[in-house]
Amino acid sequence: MKRLVLGGLMAGLAFVGSAHAETAGVAVAANFTAVAEQLAEAFKVETGHELTLSFGATGQLYTQVTQGAPFDVFLSADDERPTRAVEEGFGVEGTVFTYAIGALALYSTALDVSNGEEALKGDFSHIAIADPETAPYGRAAIETLTALGLYDGLSARVVTGENITQTLQFVESGNAELGFVAASQVVGKSSQWLVPEELHEPIRQDAVLLTHGETNEAAKAFIDYLKSPAATAVIEAAGYVVE
Amino acid sequence: MGGFSDLWPPISLTLTLSLVTTVILLILGTPIAWWLARSKWAGRDVVGAIVSLPLVLPPTVLGFYLLLFLGPNGPGGLLAGLWGARTLAFSFPGLVIGSVVYSLPFMVQPLRNAFAAIGEEPLEAASCLGASSWQRFVRVALPLARPGYVTGAVMSFAHTVGEFGVVLMIGGNIPGRTKVLSISIYDYVERLEWEKAHLMALGMVIFAFIVIAVTMTIDRRTSAPS
Repeated sequence: MKRLVLGGLMAGLAFVGSAHAETAGVAVAANFTAVAEQLAEAFKVETGHELTLSFGATGQLYTQVTQGAPFDVFLSADDERPTRAVEEGFGVEGTVFTYAIGALALYSTALDVSNGEEALKGDFSHIAIADPETAPYGRAAIETLTALGLYDGLSARVVTGENITQTLQFVESGNAELGFVAASQVVGKSSQWLVPEELHEPIRQDAVLLTHGETNEAAKAFIDYLKSPAATAVIEAAGYVVE
Repeated sequence: MGGFSDLWPPISLTLTLSLVTTVILLILGTPIAWWLARSKWAGRDVVGAIVSLPLVLPPTVLGFYLLLFLGPNGPGGLLAGLWGARTLAFSFPGLVIGSVVYSLPFMVQPLRNAFAAIGEEPLEAASCLGASSWQRFVRVALPLARPGYVTGAVMSFAHTVGEFGVVLMIGGNIPGRTKVLSISIYDYVERLEWEKAHLMALGMVIFAFIVIAVTMTIDRRTSAPS
């Protein structure tokens, strides 16, 4: 009897699974961590689909995608890798779009950085940035320092976080006095300087449906959901610009 | 970028780090292992367990605590203040402290076993011949424990070369200062520069093989009936 009930339950679950809710794996650039978690929850309430989120630096995630990682959607922090994914056959053609435009912030828990340029010329021993080779926010940080003519003088004091969340952690733990992070990570925090956008290339964050998720209903629904007014409101509230 | 000249700095940094760590561990590990092998005190096993913790703990746990320990609000920050720095993280001394903690059991364990294997007799005999406790240690215990020292040194050195998680968390990836071999392999893989990743990774495989072969040879020689 027990087994019958269990069997019936399993069959029922399997049925529910195939007819309604699916699960999709989403590779998320680290700067988008908090927003993605919020969106995944709202997405589940609205559609019943479940999302499994994996966070990392954009370059790191893309390397995993090229090696067959079971991701269905890729939320990159740049506009290069999603396009490249399509070119190299890992992404579905026609699904690339910009889900957010990121802003860079200079952030500190030790110094007053409200005047960013002054703060960068000031006295400190470490400035944290994300790895410019794999994290677009790291590259934007280098571009900003170069545009201000400060990079050569500072390069010996730069410490590199493996991704943007580790970069924030270096500043939060006090080991680096200041650092360039994503504005979305420090919304509402006190000592920060929003970097003027003309100092670096725009951080266009593109999404793409990966070939692994081509037939995954949850993945396709999530791509559509990202473009919905409900989702863009959440993304904008987190400090991004949406086109 | 571009050339292969950037392959060398991480290698030389790693070798320096491993060498410094091993020397410190030889000095630090000897009294700890000697005491652990000889003490009759009931709390001995507690100390032994603490020393062995890094064997079991994930590097992230060590990395997390070290980050706080080395930082401006921890003792490391106080120490760094002596020469005007703010934190020991992101520095070579910081990596040395992390590596010493991380590799401690790899030094202490073989030494402790070697000291324990000596037994009471040779030391008592030396005592009867009028040797002081220092002479007994230097002239009797040390030579008899030599295989333990070789194993401990090789294992500590190799374990430090292979360190990744702790350095990733406290290093800040600074070329020439904290960017060690394992981190730069990771970087090359993430950046899709696989040619360099292959070169370094293959080098590590050969290195690891040699270390294991040497250790096994030492083990066999010392355990063979004389």
